[in-house]
Amino acid sequence: MTEAKTLYEKIWDAHVVDQRNDGTALIYIDRHLVHEVTSPQAFEGLRKAGRKVRRPDLTLAVPDHNLPTTARVDANGNKIPIADPQSAAQLEALEANAPAFGIKYIGASDREQGIVHVIGPEQGFTLPGTTLVCGDSHTAAHGALGALAFGIGTSEVEHVLATQTLQLSRSKSMEIRVEGLLGPGISPKDLILHIIGVIGAAGGTGHVIEYRGEVFEQMSIEGRLTVSNMSIEAGARAGLIAPDEKTFAYLKGRPMAPKGADWDAAVAYWKTLRSDDGARFDKSVTINAADVAPTVTWGTSPEDVIPVTGHVPAPESFTDPSKQDAARKSLDYMGLASGQALSDVAVENIFIGSCTNSRIEDLRAAAKILDGRKKAEGVKWAIVVPGSGLVKAQAEAEGLDKIFTASGFEWREPGCSACLGMNPDKVPAGERCASTSNRNFVGRQGPGARTHLMSPAMAAAAAVTGKLTDVRELIG
Amino acid sequence: MKPVRKVEGRAIPFGRKNVDTDVIISAKWLKTISRDGLGEGAFEAVRAQEGNVFDDPEYAGAPILIAGDNFGCGSSREHAAWALDDMGVRAIIAPSFSDIFSSNAFKNGLLAIPLPQAAIDRLMEVAKTDPITVDMESMSVTTPFQDRFTFEMDPFRQQCLMDGLDEIDLTMAKSDAIEAHEKSVDSDQSWHKPVMA
Ligand code: SF4
Repeated sequence: MTEAKTLYEKIWDAHVVDQRNDGTALIYIDRHLVHEVTSPQAFEGLRKAGRKVRRPDLTLAVPDHNLPTTARVDANGNKIPIADPQSAAQLEALEANAPAFGIKYIGASDREQGIVHVIGPEQGFTLPGTTLVCGDSHTAAHGALGALAFGIGTSEVEHVLATQTLQLSRSKSMEIRVEGLLGPGISPKDLILHIIGVIGAAGGTGHVIEYRGEVFEQMSIEGRLTVSNMSIEAGARAGLIAPDEKTFAYLKGRPMAPKGADWDAAVAYWKTLRSDDGARFDKSVTINAADVAPTVTWGTSPEDVIPVTGHVPAPESFTDPSKQDAARKSLDYMGLASGQALSDVAVENIFIGSCTNSRIEDLRAAAKILDGRKKAEGVKWAIVVPGSGLVKAQAEAEGLDKIFTASGFEWREPGCSACLGMNPDKVPAGERCASTSNRNFVGRQGPGARTHLMSPAMAAAAAVTGKLTDVRELIG
Repeated sequence: MKPVRKVEGRAIPFGRKNVDTDVIISAKWLKTISRDGLGEGAFEAVRAQEGNVFDDPEYAGAPILIAGDNFGCGSSREHAAWALDDMGVRAIIAPSFSDIFSSNAFKNGLLAIPLPQAAIDRLMEVAKTDPITVDMESMSVTTPFQDRFTFEMDPFRQQCLMDGLDEIDLTMAKSDAIEAHEKSVDSDQSWHKPVMA
């Protein structure tokens, strides 16, 4: 009998090009997504050394991080220039580098443009069993389709462009098994925030997480993308969910996915991609789905989560002295007092978007809450930023944009937007934002900005009441 | 990458401990498109102070930097190594370096030389008036006054730096294995390539 393997081991073993005796291996990379921020110096390096891109046919470039989300072309169809000269220079560099190195480029005003991690799956570029990298830490998202996907730095981007490989050491494997199903009104975002709360922001360090259990089998691919996306916030290198019929149905007919006989061969292979019975994980954690409530963050680490029905914890309630200290600093930064009911916390800004929650199901969930309602008086700024041009078009076809604008939201062009303070969409210092993004770090949404992470439905509920709100009260 | 066998010249006696990458190059310099030109932003906050060592004409063009413990801690930005390189620094001598910084330095052909604090103290003195030599072959740092301090480095890294081999060169030397992998995927997994219009 052959040895029982985890899904991670199967993908890893299928990609070893060369094994070194120090335990590291040269791993083949099947897919490389390139964006404007982490690639310019990599292309410059290639040029200086006179090197080519080894496999432009496995590489896809798209701008997203610092592209403004306001209109990109004027009424006459002319491109509107980007005001920030550095952002404009990064965009121009990608626009020039992609064709110069023979890489397919989706431009800022193309219909298919969007956040790297939204368009990879959407185009069928991301496939089960492949290794996929991108110079952005939330690359873990693609693990939702059963791809081994992780973020890399600029030197590694250059290394992959030149050689289509990376020298890596094998991670440990971690199983997160969720027992039972989620209650009504509880979303995949609540689940992953809850999981990070349980295992901690460093709980997955050195590991690749495989999410297992019926809840994931029942979950849509978009929900799985939300979960896997935040694996990195638990410190993990990558997240994985075994591909199944749902994955195949999601991918079938996508532009870059295999067709005809190739499709059948692919599915036959993908069906072998699951952890064998008896496969050994280095670490196993069990989570009870019934424990998951609508969840929000109160601090400045994604592990700082509590049910929205709860109260801000007292720093002394943590056993670890360094966590006590961090909690004190967090509360100070967030302008919160221990013991305060979360439902009393007012928010001035709402951001629905980012690669975590900007797909069509996310927008539907938010629109369902906002339909026929208006944002509260105290909410000054509320934006919806679809993850891609195709998501935007789909939402418009369903009339979701009308619901958003009628309730007082701005309907934007696709991009990373207020997920990070790199483009014009920023949260003002000292103000709060109910945000569907993935990081609540100090200054992440702009200097002094106070981020509360939550699901799209919860962000919509906060917009309606002007406070952190249990969305279940609005779905009654 | 250029081979580095010896770095000889004046050394900037900076000496500070826990120099984080934000001190080396602040966040506002991260939105660049080139590795070049970052020297201008290097140690910006330090340079804003009157009488700082970086702007002292005595050390103009010095290829060596001497610092305290834990050099390059903080954010993983590779820009820190690029900025040092761009300001003309070829070797940094300190009691210890953050792991990420040493790996970024290595990737960019910068020498990160660890020496005990006592040696650092002596070199800080010498640096004020005289040049210092870092020799990769003998793995030693010497002064015109017969001082000789030996250091340690992973032999693999030492060889790469001396031969000017970067990681991409090393991987490219395995192109036969890469090609073999590609061939086997082509024959076993016809579906493998993305369909690009
Ligand atoms: S939306 Fe945020 S996390 Fe996602 S790719 Fe953009 S910046 Fe990174």
